[in-house]
Amino acid sequence: MFAFLIRRLFQALVVMFVISIISFSIQDNLGDPLREMLGQSVSEEQRQAMRDEMGLNDPFLTQYGRFLGKAVQGDLGTSYFFKEPALDVILKKLPATLELVFGATLIIIVFSVPLGIYSAINPQSIFSKIIMGVSTIGISVPVFLTAIGLIYVFAIELGWMPAFGRGETFQITENLDTALLTADGLHHLILPSFTLASIMLPLFIRLIRSEMMEVLQSEYIKFAWAKGISPWRVYFLHAFKNTMLPVITVGGVQIGTMVAYTILTETVFQWPGMGFLFLEAVNRVDTPLIVAYLIVVGAIFVVTNTLVDLIYGFVNPTVKLTGK
Amino acid sequence: MDALPQIKPSMMARFKDSHFWHSFKRDRVAQFCFGIFSLALLLAIFAPLIAPFDPYDSAQIDIMNSELPPSWEAEGDAQFWLGTDAQGRDLWSTILYGTRVSLTIGICAVMLQAFLGIIIGLAAGYIGGRVDSLLMRIADVQLSFSTMMVAIIVLAVFQAAFGTELYQQLAMVMLILVIGIAEWPQYARTIRASVLAEKEKEYVDAARVMGFGTARIMFRHILPNTLSPILVISTVQIANAIIAEASLSFLGLGMPVSQPSLGSLISSGFEYIFSGAWWITVIPGLVLVALVLVMNLLGDWLRDVLNPKLYKG
Repeated sequence: MFAFLIRRLFQALVVMFVISIISFSIQDNLGDPLREMLGQSVSEEQRQAMRDEMGLNDPFLTQYGRFLGKAVQGDLGTSYFFKEPALDVILKKLPATLELVFGATLIIIVFSVPLGIYSAINPQSIFSKIIMGVSTIGISVPVFLTAIGLIYVFAIELGWMPAFGRGETFQITENLDTALLTADGLHHLILPSFTLASIMLPLFIRLIRSEMMEVLQSEYIKFAWAKGISPWRVYFLHAFKNTMLPVITVGGVQIGTMVAYTILTETVFQWPGMGFLFLEAVNRVDTPLIVAYLIVVGAIFVVTNTLVDLIYGFVNPTVKLTGK
Repeated sequence: MDALPQIKPSMMARFKDSHFWHSFKRDRVAQFCFGIFSLALLLAIFAPLIAPFDPYDSAQIDIMNSELPPSWEAEGDAQFWLGTDAQGRDLWSTILYGTRVSLTIGICAVMLQAFLGIIIGLAAGYIGGRVDSLLMRIADVQLSFSTMMVAIIVLAVFQAAFGTELYQQLAMVMLILVIGIAEWPQYARTIRASVLAEKEKEYVDAARVMGFGTARIMFRHILPNTLSPILVISTVQIANAIIAEASLSFLGLGMPVSQPSLGSLISSGFEYIFSGAWWITVIPGLVLVALVLVMNLLGDWLRDVLNPKLYKG
């Protein structure tokens, strides 16, 4: 178990290291910090002197070492546009993105578990066939079209829901606010959350269904039936527990994937989160902000994946701890 | 492929007698989906001949014709049966060309994925040992970052580096490269799994005893036996690549509006949906969903018929 832990942590470190190198090369090649600072009117000698002074003519490794040293201390440079530390700008937007991921996760759990179990228990019923059919269609609709469809129906035609924005937020501290604690905020959260959930929902229904059907074929379930236990106990106490193991692993990894799809969801709904900010930063060529986003999102992916692997290793004793 | 002529006379007969053809004849959904897909493919290939207008030719576009509704609506113009977009282009022609662009990118990207995945998967499975664990570790890590994330970041950085104008000229190549490179592990893992199973069989031993080289055994002996999983993933992967391309174009990181794919067409119409011009978004959207849906259904059907051992996880 200890070797497994070390191996996983080592892998996470290697991946973070690769991400930092990529981020640094982006910062190194994209945009010229001097032009941002000085403008056009400065002579060539002054520029060169300035480059030397700032260490921009140092060898690659020296510059990378400096970048890494600062990054470890949380200094990822100053955003050209906001004139604030890039990391602060990103972290201020993080709650908005996490709200979306949280809302979507909640919707996925509430819908996928009962629908998946139902269609596994009654695979031949008409309702199950409808569920499976709709989930195939769901997989085939790109997320931005779901968003547009929801906006068109619920915001434009029916006028029940706001079409964009985050609404009123509740300030917890100066840099931390949440839309989860105001009625207006929750109202704004509904459509984007459903949109984000729509990508993963079909996937989870299918996964829960196939895992549950596999479990229901196993010996211990037949034995449970033979003992005369009530169907409810067999399905939920015996079968469901073993269904959840693979679902949790996939689920953990998909939380990372959802962060990627927040970029699309946030763009359509103009939700002021990290993804929206990132696309704006790209259009403004705001290099420090792009780099900061890359590092924050990379860290989220690495941390969730490592945690999921470790938890799975602890929960499921049959997993091969020496790695594949 | 020089072994082909010997079996050629019986190939058609063998195909007609196969399990594959029999299940296809019985399955209405598969026939329907195959029909729609072939139709889309033909329309895409012959778009320049079928389309009444050339959407890339600015001389044929009149801004006075912009945002005309489809011809069955009251204000429609019989000349443009699906209406026009915000620039005054005929929507039907633009959709035909857009389907062409989307399918081209989807198919080319998947060919690149398959090419990389087959070589890496064969190498990992056949050579084994250190090579195998290193390659599969890389595949794990790459898969743990979602394709969408990687694609968005890579394209965004290139767009910022090249500037929008140069980027738009290179957009198609960039999309194919990014979607192609980001998804190779899907193929590599599946092929590796079937290679591991095939490697133990006698025909491989026989080939080795006869003194054939590693490359010859990998490509000429093992690869043909891993074709059914490749066929199954390819269908679904093309569908996914088309969705990925559409999403990237929607974000403004893909095809420019002057040479729209289905995704950028939908994106350009999104601004006008609030003013009531629904057709610019809805009609290409329906085409996109129909295209992806039939490919997913075909993929499901192929999986049931060929029933390969796919990588689970």
